[in-house]
Amino acid sequence: MRLEPIANPTTARRLGYPALAILATLAVAALLARIAGADPLAALGQIATGALGSKLAILETLNRATPLIFTGLAVAVAFRAKLWNIGAEAQLYAGAIMAVVLGTGALGSPLVLPVSALAALLAGAMLLLGPVLLKTRLGVDEVVTTLLLNFIMLLFVSYLLEGPMKDPMGMGWPKSAALTPEARLPRIVDGLRLHWGFGLALIAAVLVWLIQIRTTLGFEIRAVGQSPEAARFAGMPVNAVLVKTALLSGGLAALAGWSEVAGLKGHLSQDLSPGFGYTGIIVAMLALLHPLGVVLSALFVAGIFVGSDAMSRAAGVPTYIADMLLATALLFMVLAILLTRVRVVRG
Amino acid sequence: MTAEEKAQVVLRLDGITKRFGALTANDTINLTLRQGEVVALLGENGAGKTTLMNILFGHYVADAGGVEVFGHPLPPGNPRAALAAGVGMVHQHFTLAGNLSVLDNITLGTKGLWSLGSGKSAARAKVKALSRDFGLVVDPGAKVGRLSVGERQRVEILKALYRDARILILDEPTAVLTPQEAEALFATLRRATALGLSVIFISHKLHEVMSIADRCVVLRHGRVVGEVDTHTTDKTQLAALMVGGELTLPRAEARTPGAPLLSLERVSTPDRGAVPGLKDVSLSLCAGQITGLAGVSGNGQAALADLIAGLALPASGQLALRGSAVVGWSPRVALAMGVGRIPEDRHHTGSIADFDLTENAVLEAYRTPRFSRRGWMDWRAARRFAEELIKGYDVRCPGPDTRIRLLSGGNMQKLILGRAMAPDPAILLANQPVRGLDVGAIAYVQSQLISARDRGAAILLISEDLDEIMGLSDVIHVVSQGRLSPAFPRGSVAVADLGLWMAGQGFEGGRHAA
Repeated sequence: MRLEPIANPTTARRLGYPALAILATLAVAALLARIAGADPLAALGQIATGALGSKLAILETLNRATPLIFTGLAVAVAFRAKLWNIGAEAQLYAGAIMAVVLGTGALGSPLVLPVSALAALLAGAMLLLGPVLLKTRLGVDEVVTTLLLNFIMLLFVSYLLEGPMKDPMGMGWPKSAALTPEARLPRIVDGLRLHWGFGLALIAAVLVWLIQIRTTLGFEIRAVGQSPEAARFAGMPVNAVLVKTALLSGGLAALAGWSEVAGLKGHLSQDLSPGFGYTGIIVAMLALLHPLGVVLSALFVAGIFVGSDAMSRAAGVPTYIADMLLATALLFMVLAILLTRVRVVRG
Repeated sequence: MTAEEKAQVVLRLDGITKRFGALTANDTINLTLRQGEVVALLGENGAGKTTLMNILFGHYVADAGGVEVFGHPLPPGNPRAALAAGVGMVHQHFTLAGNLSVLDNITLGTKGLWSLGSGKSAARAKVKALSRDFGLVVDPGAKVGRLSVGERQRVEILKALYRDARILILDEPTAVLTPQEAEALFATLRRATALGLSVIFISHKLHEVMSIADRCVVLRHGRVVGEVDTHTTDKTQLAALMVGGELTLPRAEARTPGAPLLSLERVSTPDRGAVPGLKDVSLSLCAGQITGLAGVSGNGQAALADLIAGLALPASGQLALRGSAVVGWSPRVALAMGVGRIPEDRHHTGSIADFDLTENAVLEAYRTPRFSRRGWMDWRAARRFAEELIKGYDVRCPGPDTRIRLLSGGNMQKLILGRAMAPDPAILLANQPVRGLDVGAIAYVQSQLISARDRGAAILLISEDLDEIMGLSDVIHVVSQGRLSPAFPRGSVAVADLGLWMAGQGFEGGRHAA
């Protein structure tokens, strides 16, 4: 069996295979629910209503999507330049730390939000600067360095929460002190549990999209990602472009942690992120690295998580089903995207 | 046809058809090869020669038609079957392991996994006998990595013969050889046919075909357009068959050169693995002059091209533009100083395959005020520029939004040429500008180079094709092992002499001096 590329895929092909991928994912979901002893159709219905069935459910999904949009954008930006940033999780925590450092009383009121946002951005950017310089100067594989930084950062956060950042009023729990009210992101609509982090995430997506298609930097990032050799020959500063990409990517991932702390939780704890950094990779891949697509795929992924939580409560199916669903969705989608562009030939 | 003549046919291709999407690479091709015969397969790049041979050798499966070797049909898509049937192929790019000896390379893959006795002495004896019979002089114990290109080719041929090939297919075997080495190869082929082997010789060089082949099958656009006996034809007729009509390539008329615009003074660059860097090279590119650089590939051309393109710096010596040494040399500085560049590899260096024509058109100039302001691209201006290039340089394409990977090599090259020429560069690096193009595109690109010269540009033309160098250049240098020959003005040097320089003779104290 061989793969033969198709020059101009038909619309039916381009829409049909992704639709098949979604159907296949649903089938797997039903099968998993069946194995867990629940009624498959009812379980699927519970996922849907759990994610979208009520105002509360929708707001929960939007809140859950917020950090995923930021980490998804971070990954999409970096992967576009073929810079494999697997360290969004670490950069997320760097942003979260900044939100706590600057948000627990050190700064006066009106300045604290913009300053802590900026500090988070810088912290995330700095965290990716090391790996990218090692890559451009010494050829060290950034997959390894960024991945390992995740574990270093988690341990560092654990140290902070047991030591210098530990909340003295926290009854011994490893969490930070609460942010002052001025350091909290306001809610978009009073009384509803949706904070401005979501709005900022949407703005960030539009900005990243504009950078990619409208600016010289975006042109350089895409060129370097497609062919560093051609970019270098054409006079593009390939290494500088990679460094700029890293700064942008790290900063975006850090905003995820910052908005979780300043918008949702109000303090830092070790369970701040249930792997938002890693899930950002799935989000970005499902979106084919398109910044606006990241918003859609983050909403989809968040919906699966929130819906599965609800289903698990109602039907007694383990929440691990959400992770398995995402994994199958990604695999089927990758396969579907491949099949829109190539056909399988025998012989 | 009598029974005796029929028995002599060793290979028969019958109605081979192969399509790639909308392109028909081979269209019902018939070909027969008799024992002791050399058949040349002649055709432009893209005529379908390589596809046909890949089908014969089992790399591709034909959509229709069949292959018969010594009267037995060959199962499609099985290179092993082709080998077993006695078909041996020498590819353009060699498939040898550099760190193994000649003998090991030849015997590689022929011994069973469980044969414990190495049988090396028997193998050595067989290789020696083959070397002697076919005039393929090479030391069986030498490491392949240390051999010259000509010697490696001999190893490839020995490899095929060792596997008892009765039919040899040579894909553009002379592309990497000096004229003298090519002669030696022809002598080998004559001995081989005298011993009863049959040869298919793929080429687009007419004089070679005339001198070695008995018959010549001409392919154009995937079809056999002519099958002629080389004793009853001439080059002009073959050329007309090959391109489908009379077509003369432009030749530059002599002109008096202007001031030197770019000069190298005793420049050396480090070796890159087995590829030599430049060794103490001095060179001036003068306004209104095409300087041709001849040489067998891999003798320092890449080092010189990288230097001028801004990708590399001299390790010692000086690179000067308009008399002053360059500072902060880089591709961007080179472009700003008026150096236009046509790279050797248009697919990977000269363009970005998945970018459209607009994006590829501004790949070099995207930061100029015409195409961007304060970091924001003006895509409308870029698109207009792409349209200008498409019109001005005859790029055949659906439009500026087409991805460049969908263009033919010739049209891709025309866009790259237009991009390099648009800022009216004072210095132009043209590295293999017409390699792999069809004759029409070759004529177009070459005439553009000549008119740039006539407008006063200093042009460095790097090519492995001596005919191209001789036809276009005002002065010719030969590069060999990183060393540069003296300048030969137009018409003052014969092909044979250039061949000697290409082989490294003539350099005082050189390792290869005879």
